[in-house]
Order: sequence, then structure tokens, then C-alpha cells
Amino acid sequence: MDLHESASIRDFRAEAREWLRAHVPAEPLPSLETGEGFAAHRKWEAELAAARWSVVSWPEEYGGRGVDIFHWLAFEEEYWAAGAPGRVSQNGINLLAPTLFDHATEEQRARVLPSMATGEVVWAQAWSEPEAGSDLASLKSRAVRTDGGWLLSGQKTWSSRAAFADRAFGIFRTDPEAPKPHQGLTYLMFDLRAPGVTVRPIGRLDGKPAFAELFLDRVFVPDADVIGEPGQGWRIAMSTTGNERGLMLRSPGRFLAAADRLVRLWHEQGDPGDTALRDRVADAVIGARAYELFTAAGAARFAGGATIGAESSLNKVFWSEFDIALHETALDLLGPDGELADGEWAEGHVFSLAGPIYAGTNEIQRDIIAERLLGLPKGRR
Amino acid sequence: MGFLLTDEQRDFGRSLDAMLTAADTPAAIRARAGGDAGPARALWARLAEAGVFALAVPEEYEGMGPLPVETAVAFEELGRHAAPGPFAETVASAALLSALAEAGTDAPAKRLLPALAAGETVATLCAGPGPYAADADLADVVLVVDGDRLLLAPGHGAVRESADPARRLARPEEGGELLAAGPAVVAAAERARRWAALATAAQCLGLGRALLDRTVAYTKQRTQFGVPVGSFQAVRHRLADVLIGLEFARPLLHGAALTMTDADVAAAKVTAGEAAYAAARAALQLHGAIGYTEELDLSLWLRKARPLRDTWGTPAECRAIVLAAAPLRRHDDPHDGPLPKGVWGVTVPARSAP
Ligand SMILES: Cc1cc2nc3c(=O)[nH]c(=O)nc-3n(C[C@H](O)[C@H](O)[C@H](O)COP(=O)(O)OP(=O)(O)OC[C@H]3O[C@@H](n4cnc5c(N)ncnc54)[C@H](O)[C@@H]3O)c2cc1C
Repeated sequence: MDLHESASIRDFRAEAREWLRAHVPAEPLPSLETGEGFAAHRKWEAELAAARWSVVSWPEEYGGRGVDIFHWLAFEEEYWAAGAPGRVSQNGINLLAPTLFDHATEEQRARVLPSMATGEVVWAQAWSEPEAGSDLASLKSRAVRTDGGWLLSGQKTWSSRAAFADRAFGIFRTDPEAPKPHQGLTYLMFDLRAPGVTVRPIGRLDGKPAFAELFLDRVFVPDADVIGEPGQGWRIAMSTTGNERGLMLRSPGRFLAAADRLVRLWHEQGDPGDTALRDRVADAVIGARAYELFTAAGAARFAGGATIGAESSLNKVFWSEFDIALHETALDLLGPDGELADGEWAEGHVFSLAGPIYAGTNEIQRDIIAERLLGLPKGRR
Repeated sequence: MGFLLTDEQRDFGRSLDAMLTAADTPAAIRARAGGDAGPARALWARLAEAGVFALAVPEEYEGMGPLPVETAVAFEELGRHAAPGPFAETVASAALLSALAEAGTDAPAKRLLPALAAGETVATLCAGPGPYAADADLADVVLVVDGDRLLLAPGHGAVRESADPARRLARPEEGGELLAAGPAVVAAAERARRWAALATAAQCLGLGRALLDRTVAYTKQRTQFGVPVGSFQAVRHRLADVLIGLEFARPLLHGAALTMTDADVAAAKVTAGEAAYAAARAALQLHGAIGYTEELDLSLWLRKARPLRDTWGTPAECRAIVLAAAPLRRHDDPHDGPLPKGVWGVTVPARSAP
């Protein structure tokens, strides 16, 4: 057991740091949940990609550097510490890409991954439906066989950044006669600008159009855009939800950087006599360190060949609740200024509030933990 | 590179677990609570044979250490089995004496450490923050740090009960033989407190895990309304939260054992202490009234949770330590200054298992 950083990681870290120092925009980009911000973030993705920093853990042929998880963690730490912009391509990079690596054809990978790495094509996740949230397998949108492909019909919702994105990936019912709800589903990719697609932006809590509804009316998808075997959509989707809950979506670097900023804020304007608030600042430091080390143990297990399992649910509940606590502490420290909607912490706070809802609600994660990690009897669902 | 226990370390933990299971620790606690320290002393001898007390003692004094990671592994098992005895105080005494020896005062180490490593001497230590020496009545040696002086107490005052039936508290008697004096004592006492806090954090983790395991087992077999109570979501979710608390305390503990910095040890202590106490609260609640009886052995675990959480660093003290060390651990200005150390940046020599 050790915490050594190899020379290779140290060099990699130094190289990333050097590059970030020279390239991270001096002024924060506008919010990526707006049209203007989205465009600015897309340009940033292109800049990252040109220097091959956008997807460091991918194979080189798709624009990556082929580095292992320990290098990736070091990169993330540098990235967030440098105050670099949020990643507009994260749904594609964190969710679709792992799915493609595991289940797609060579041709699909070669076609989809490089333009994802550059931000030229930004992907949206189209899983949820108005009546299928936590009970995702009850989804009703259909894909019906047609010449050379499928026709999609139905409605998807809460699709993050779909208002500005280019393409989407999701699961559709292809066999309505299948005996169980999670059978007869197919995983496929489609164009958000294809005929038959209507995208209606939805304002999130603060009014920014962070997600959207998709109305689909006989949208054509060629066979080449089906991922894996038709009918296997559920299995394919579930094999990658671990990425969504786990550290790929929320690397520790992000929280370490946020905790550092919080400590700085405490030194600048904390009241030393307010021990209750002081304790919460300390808890933010401790929580970030706990998450960092928890991840280090997980990374060591992956490096040893383990796959992401139900443990990612521990991860999900932890980071989502931690993120809220951290931002609430910052707002309390800011006092009256915490209320200002354009404040440094305000957008982060709004975003953090959604953490326990997306990527599988925390209630669902606790069910998974109870059943799969503690072996408790199944409850009524 | 890997932040995981080695096979040897895991085997060591497993063998202690098996030994402690066979040793019937609940009976030893009940005997101790009733005034018979025999079983606790017998257990001490077996733990010594397994090498537990040699872990903090350097090789030149017939120990195997210092081995903080193995100490954490061992103490997790002591906590899991709620073993009675001044364990944290003994390893802290060893840490104190060896720190003094490193600083040039080796007479006390030569005199006390070999017997301590062998388990022949049970030591306890009063080095703040509290005024009590734990289990002084069970100990052969009571060490006292008074400012910059280290004393061998002549004895102890009235023995008072602890909220934990396995434990007794007493104030050391004043005076006694002066073993060492000077700034080295202050530094050695700091190291002792770190070891005590680490060992206590590890006990908390084991204690919490045992409480969780027992409660999971109980809620699977206890039925109400025709179904196991463990199938009710309020129950399941509470236990899931207990697991999350413990699973995020574990890496802090192991990280602290590797770095042994004040802040890392304090972070581990507060987190493991709170997680264990939350486990105890959930365990009591989910056992219902049977959990609130002293007859059930569960009570022996329940009653340890609060004292362990608060001894060798209360949550407030630990948080203050963390924050005092936090000032911009990484980088003042992210665009300038040295490379951030990060988790991998800590350089610690690889250690072998005992
Ligand atoms: C900011 C944000 C971004 C999102 N981005 C995307 C995206 O890009 N793509 C996408 O497909 N989806 C996205 N989602 C949708 C998200 O995945 C769903 O909101 C989530 O799965 C929950 O579904 P629901 O909102 O329908 O809640 P419901 O399932 O209706 O749940 C309502 C409440 O009931 C609780 N509940 C439900 N079932 C149970 C149960 N069995 N036990 C206990 N409690 C239960 C839930 O936990 C929740 O608290 C996003 C959501 C948010 C908030």
C-alpha cells in the first residue's frame, strides 16, 4: 500500500500544468447552459483537443493519449485547480464513449469518437421520458423497423444541453411484445437536427436552458447507428451507468479545487468566532480528501482488473451530498452576497442541488447499496 | 502504485479477526465490568503473541515497527470485536518512548519498550487533551506528560466507570519518577497523540462495521407486518447511509497511516468517530427495544461508540487541526508556485507486513 506518484505521472502533471497555465482563459467563460456560453465552451474543447488534452485516457487513434486512470486523475486535479472551464462534452465523453468502447463496432468508434473529442459534435443523453424517470425500463418511445434502419417516435425529456447539442444517444422500445419491460429495448444514436425532431428547451431552476424535451416523429436512424444488438439496449445501458454515478462524472480534482477555494474564502471573510461555520469549512476539506483517497483505492482496484460495480452508488450519494454541503457553506460564508445570482458560487450551488436527482436519484442509489452491497431483502419498488 | 492493503496486511487482519472471534471478547468485557480483569489480561497476552504491541515499537527495542498501516489494520479488528484494554494508550506510549529515543534520550525506551512490545507490560498514558489515564487500573505503567516533563506515575487515583463498560478512567497520582524533560518530550507527546488518534480512529471503523453487520443480520431476520424489517425502505436507506459513512472513513484512515500528518490523522479520527457513532445510533434504533438492553451483547458495542468518538481528539478539536493545516495545501495561485502534491505526491517508504 502506498501513495507514490511515479515519475511518469509527475512529468505528465507538469506538462498539463504548463499547458493549462498558458491556455486557461483568464476570465471565466459565460455559463455553458446558455447559447453564448455553449459556443465558447465548444471552442475551448477544440483548443483542448488540438493539444490532445480533451480525452487523455482514450487511445491515441481517437485523439487521446492512452494514459491510465492514475494519469487521468492527475490531469483532472490539474484541470480543476487551474480553474479551467466546465466540460460541455461530458455526457458524450463520460457516457457514450465508454459504451462505444465496450459495445460498438470498429467503424462506429472511428466515425463517432474523433469528432466527440474535438467538441465538433456534442452529444446529449436521451434516456429519461416524462413517465419514465427512476423507473427507466418503463420507457415508451419506440423504434420501428424500416428499410435500412429504424423510425423513432415518442418523447424524451430532461436531456442536458440538448438545446445546443448536435446528436443524442438513447434507448428505445423495439419489441413492445417482450415479456418484461427491460427486454426488447435498443440502444441507438440519432441526429438532433434530423427531420422529425423537435427540441424544446426547458429552463432549469435559475431559468437557464440547461436541458430540453425532445419530440420525435418518425425520425430515421440507419442501422449503422444502432449500438450492439437490437433488443440488448437495457444491458448495454446498464453496463455504463457506473460511469455516470462514479468518478468519471465527478473526479476528485473538482472537489479538491472547490474545497481550496472555500478555505481561501474562509480566510478572507470567515469570522474566527463562528465555530459552527468553521467546522463546516473543515468538513469540506475533509470530505474532499476522503473522496480523493476513496477514488485512489477505487483506481487501484480498476488498475488491478476490477470493474465498476455497485460501489459507484456509494460514490454517487457521497459526491452529490458533499457538493451541496460545500456550496451551502460557501453561501453562508458570503452572507448577504451569497444571494447574488451572478456570484462565483451561485451557479455552482444551483447545479449542486440537482446532484441527488440526476444520474439515478439518491433514493435509487441507496436501494442499490442496500440490496447489492449490504444484502438486505428487496423492498417494494 | 496502489492505495490498497497488501495481501499480507489483509491476512494479518483476518487472522486477528479469527483469533478475537474465538477469544469471546463480550465475556471478557463483562468480566472486566464485574471486576475480574483476568480474561482481558489473557486476551492481551494472545494479542501480544500475534505481534499487535510490537507494531509501534522499533526493531532495536525488540519490536517490528514503526508500522502505522499494520497498526490501523490491527486496531480495526480490536474495534470490530470491542476488545477491552488500553490499546491505543499502549501504542501511544510506544510511539512516545521511541520518539524520545530518536531525539537522544533512550534510557526510558531501553527500559520499557521491550516488555511493552512483548505484551508483558500494559502501559497507559495521560498526555492530554483529557485529564484521565484510560484503564490505569489494568496497566502496569502509567506515563504522564506534564508540560515538557515525562513522568512515571507512582499510581492512580480513584477509579471511575466509563460510559463504555470495557473501560475505566482514573487520574494519575502526582509526582513520580522523572523519565525525561525538555522540548523533545513535547514533540514526542505530539507523536504519541497522533498514534493514539490513529489507533482510536481504526477502532471506530471496526466498531462501526461490526454494528452495521449485526444490524443488517438482525433486520433480515426480524419480521413485522409479515415481512423482514430490512425490506422497509426507511430501514434500508438508513443502513446504506451508515455504509457510506464508514466506507469514506476507511481511505482517510489508511491515508493517515501512510502520511501520519496531524491533519490527515485528525481527519480520519473525526470521520471514523462520527461514522461509528452514526452506526451506533442506527443499530440501536433498528434493533428496537431489544437493542436498548444490556443483556444483548450489542450493548457492549453501542456503549463504546461515543467514548471512542471523543477520546484522543473530539470532533471539534480534530476539525480545528484540519483547518489550521489546510491553508492552501495545494496552491495559492493555481497559475504559479510549486506543483501541487496531490494524493500521489506524498512520498512514503513502502513498508512490509509484520
Ligand atoms: C439537472 C438534470 C440533468 C439531467 N440530465 C439528463 C440527461 O441528460 N438525460 C436524461 O436522460 N435524463 C437527465 N436527467 C433526468 C434524470 O435522470 C431523472 O430526473 C432521474 O432519473 C429521476 O427521474 P424523475 O425526475 O422522473 O423522478 P421520479 O422517478 O418521478 O422520482 C420522483 C421522486 O420519487 C423518488 N422515487 C422514485 N422511485 C422511488 C423508489 N423506488 N424508492 C424511493 N424513492 C423513489 C425519487 O427518488 C424522487 O425523489 C436530468 C435531471 C436533472 C435534474
